[in-house]
Amino acid sequence: MIVGERKPFSEILSMVEGYSKILILGCGSCVTVCMAGGEEEVRILGSQLRMAFRRNGNNAEVTELVALRQCDDEYMEDAPLLEKVKEADIVVSMACGVGVQHASTFFNRVIDDKTIRVVPALNTTFMGANIDVGEWHERCLGCGDCVLEKTGGICPITRCAKSLLNGPCGGSFNGKCEVNKDTDCAWHLIIERLDALGELDNLKALEMYKDWRPSHSGGPRKTVREDIRI
Amino acid sequence: MKSGSNLERFLERGEFVVTGELGPPKGTDVDVVKEKAAMLKDSVDAVNITDNQSATVRMSSIAASKILIDEGLEPTMQMVARDRNRIAMMADLFGAAAFGIRNMLCLSGDHQVFGNHPEAKNVFDIDSIQMIHMVKTMRDEHKVICEDEIEGEFTMFIGAACNPFADPAWYRPHRLAKKVEAGVDFIQTQCIYDMNRFRAFMKHVVDMGLHEKCKILAGVTPLKSVGMARYMAANVSGIIIPDDMINRLRDAGKGKVAAEGIKILCEQMQELRDIEGVAGIHLMAIEWEHRVPEIMKMAGFLPRPTV
Repeated sequence: MIVGERKPFSEILSMVEGYSKILILGCGSCVTVCMAGGEEEVRILGSQLRMAFRRNGNNAEVTELVALRQCDDEYMEDAPLLEKVKEADIVVSMACGVGVQHASTFFNRVIDDKTIRVVPALNTTFMGANIDVGEWHERCLGCGDCVLEKTGGICPITRCAKSLLNGPCGGSFNGKCEVNKDTDCAWHLIIERLDALGELDNLKALEMYKDWRPSHSGGPRKTVREDIRI
Repeated sequence: MKSGSNLERFLERGEFVVTGELGPPKGTDVDVVKEKAAMLKDSVDAVNITDNQSATVRMSSIAASKILIDEGLEPTMQMVARDRNRIAMMADLFGAAAFGIRNMLCLSGDHQVFGNHPEAKNVFDIDSIQMIHMVKTMRDEHKVICEDEIEGEFTMFIGAACNPFADPAWYRPHRLAKKVEAGVDFIQTQCIYDMNRFRAFMKHVVDMGLHEKCKILAGVTPLKSVGMARYMAANVSGIIIPDDMINRLRDAGKGKVAAEGIKILCEQMQELRDIEGVAGIHLMAIEWEHRVPEIMKMAGFLPRPTV
């Protein structure tokens, strides 16, 4: 899933200062699961803003809503939601960066009489997995050319700090990465997993230069599936 | 001859070579390079010029290498994968060859979080093993990666690093084998202090026949103080310093630690010479370049071979 973290309150407060009608819009998908931008977090941010406004004698109005998925038109085409958006001076999106952008584009496409201002309340951190209660780890960089079949299901591009493709650098020590002693050395994990799978021979072949075109290096990407288009 | 460098010539001739190391200044002061070069001249056979070592901004490796050539020394230009994509690497290699640089070392590079610009974006377009393959392709096929022909001569003696003390330890000779397969000509190891572990590593390397496919230079660095030894043992990844070595330094007594460090180093250099598969020494006397002639004399490695 996409993992996000809420921005510091002071940063959010400075974004909404000067506006009198603020809509906080949560997202019911990834950021709800990682407890950064779902219903609960929308409610907490709403309370924090109201308390801060009250203390400063600011009578701005704060409304709270959650869309099931801010990155998809289907879940945003909701008349009461669009009414609230129209009424607001600023929409504070608690979605990931995808959701923030999509919400902004979508609202400005379907709402004619005003331009909608959407700002982010989260920092989108990575695509990762839930490892433990309250702990998520990055697992995929979206390089567009998966090599996991060769590396025992552990991604060296994402999980090696240097994205090395031909084994561990000289900084691997006691199974940890030199960049951060709390981080596993991806190549140490790969070697152990391939050993257990009896696939260590995978590492003998020279892994050649990676074609980064399918990654972000090739420019912003898009997927078009003609087979499912209507 | 692949490159025509003295380093290659001496290694091919079976000389036990010694390479030094020079860190360029954190600025433009050419005299710093010249002064360090003067200290190393006639004491070592070639000098590694580091490439923004520890991810700290310094005069470029290519420029400092050129200054070294002008001073009559032979540089080994280090190149890290951290700061350049394949386009910039090949362009710099053309420039290096044009300047007369004939040795280079392919490295991944210290991660930028350890340097003075930890907020920088890294590159890592290709890794050090792919870099070896790239330079070999340029040299032997006279082509860049995309197969375009190279205009003009391109020769280079291709080196790489190896850390026998990193983990998983048993995998390290296999990673070295991969560098050999990629086309490496010579290897310089990480600083060796744990001689027993290095011997075990070399036995594995010799059993695999890797020493016959590339020249292996054993890396050493003098321990200047007990504090430095303890710091390195605790904080530098892939450096193992046995307790008895640290104790020996400590027991040397006030004012005599540095001399003891040099004594230990010279003993190591002599021992390394006798280990099967070791073709030379890579002496990294960082910010101690002025003591290199004395170390080389004490270790019995002077005079150096001549062309």
